[in-house]
Amino acid sequence: MNINLVNENSVIIYFSDAISIETADRIAYASHLLRAGLATMLSDIVPSYTSILLSCNLRKTGLQGFVIAVKKVLEQIEAHHLETPPAKQIILPVYYGEEVALDHAEVSAHADLDFSEVVKLHTSECYRVFAIGFAPGFAYLGNTPASMAMPRKTSPRATVPKGSVAIADQQTAVYPRSSPGGWQVIGRTPVNLLDLSQDNLSLFSVGGQVRFKAIDRGTFLEMGGEL
Amino acid sequence: MTLHIKQAGVLSLLQDLGRYGHQDVGITSGGAMDSHAFHWANKLLDNPVNAAQIEITMGPFQAYFREDTHFSICGADVEVKLNGQSISTWRSWQAKQGDLLELGYPKKGLRSYLAVAGGFRIAETLGSVSCVLRDHLGGIDQQGHQLNNGELVPYQPTRRHYTRAVPTQFIPTFEKTIKLGVLPTYQFHEFSESARTTFFNESYTVTPEMDRMGYRLKGTPIEVKKQHFISEGIALGAIQIPANGQPIVLMRDRQTIGGYPKIGCVCQRDLKQLSQATPGTQIQFFEQDLYQAEAELQQTQQYFWGNSEDQ
Repeated sequence: MNINLVNENSVIIYFSDAISIETADRIAYASHLLRAGLATMLSDIVPSYTSILLSCNLRKTGLQGFVIAVKKVLEQIEAHHLETPPAKQIILPVYYGEEVALDHAEVSAHADLDFSEVVKLHTSECYRVFAIGFAPGFAYLGNTPASMAMPRKTSPRATVPKGSVAIADQQTAVYPRSSPGGWQVIGRTPVNLLDLSQDNLSLFSVGGQVRFKAIDRGTFLEMGGEL
Repeated sequence: MTLHIKQAGVLSLLQDLGRYGHQDVGITSGGAMDSHAFHWANKLLDNPVNAAQIEITMGPFQAYFREDTHFSICGADVEVKLNGQSISTWRSWQAKQGDLLELGYPKKGLRSYLAVAGGFRIAETLGSVSCVLRDHLGGIDQQGHQLNNGELVPYQPTRRHYTRAVPTQFIPTFEKTIKLGVLPTYQFHEFSESARTTFFNESYTVTPEMDRMGYRLKGTPIEVKKQHFISEGIALGAIQIPANGQPIVLMRDRQTIGGYPKIGCVCQRDLKQLSQATPGTQIQFFEQDLYQAEAELQQTQQYFWGNSEDQ
């Protein structure tokens, strides 16, 4: 683990050079302990694939004091060989019908598979949230099976509808709001992913586990899904 | 008890010092681009340090005060009129009910901050009124819309029995060439010696592609050996060097994560100059000691925050 200074009030911790489930789990757990251990010194925390960016409130601490506090929390993890607790798992219902799977034909052709097989592959994995960014609540989930991997579009779509479930390379994501986007859309979830009135703004948190479950059109509509 | 916006101009946004604690779910901080001008505009009125103001980018801007108040304008070098009479920026003024405030296009600089005594009274979204268009957050309607002609921005009528001016040494001059201190962090050491020499020795021009997210610069390309890194958190002032070698300085509305190589961060003291820079401004980078920059920032915050309660 390396702690590097970034700017007047930020440091970044690198946990690994490579993306892996183990690293994602360590980062999720370290984020949890850092939030608790740094309390009001902490202004913002950005966990990502292999790193955590931390910003401090300079009215509560100097940067050197902050680094010492960060080290103390991280040493705790190492000294006690704390086991990473199992991440919470979310099961997300997805309607994979052709009317919402805007890129079903392209994805099928690219993978040389029936779209039903693509759906089977997509729902077969338990994914990890590797990072959240791009837009509020937009989570990068990995890894999708290599056999269905497909690069993003060369020119992005002007509007990807809210709830769209999409793939790019070996990752998958859900668009929390309608927005421009270049990922290949294979379905839509009726679940609202971003609720500003809740303490947990986003259904996802970095390190969390996510599974997708296929639902039919009727269930999608019953759950409030919009076509 | 409102300010009646007659003309909102190119881009007028409600801003405070920003929205913190939600970057882990991809919500950017936002906040006043020129925090120096913002801090002074509130200080002149003895406002809480985080009291909401209107950030006026470009202008022109016109508004009626529908209630007596005191106000201040800090930031760009701009012609300001109160009922047709020219008044100076970087000081506070008294406004009577029905008074008309007018700001033209800036002669120099880009952004002006309009504060009223007690601050504009706007409901917060996630602890801040800062308006982030891209995220649909904050602002007059909590949905991230910029101010429009005809809108009413509420404030409490508050009397101040004095007017004040900012000491001249704190009032910026706007030069054609600005020097920005760079903290050599992130992938600084991944850039070749010659790339770093180019970066510090050449000057870069501000392009028209500059907004609250980032400033794209143009100049001698900086050699990039490795074009993509694993996406990581992006701090304020980070300088991305994409494959074309042209720097992008990331500002208040930046994305929270990204994978382009970053040659370091512009120190926060100098972001006030960049946030007022218009296309064509020349930029020279120099290496800045991080702990010195931290001490300065801490001192600045101490001055403006004093003993005020933390938000």
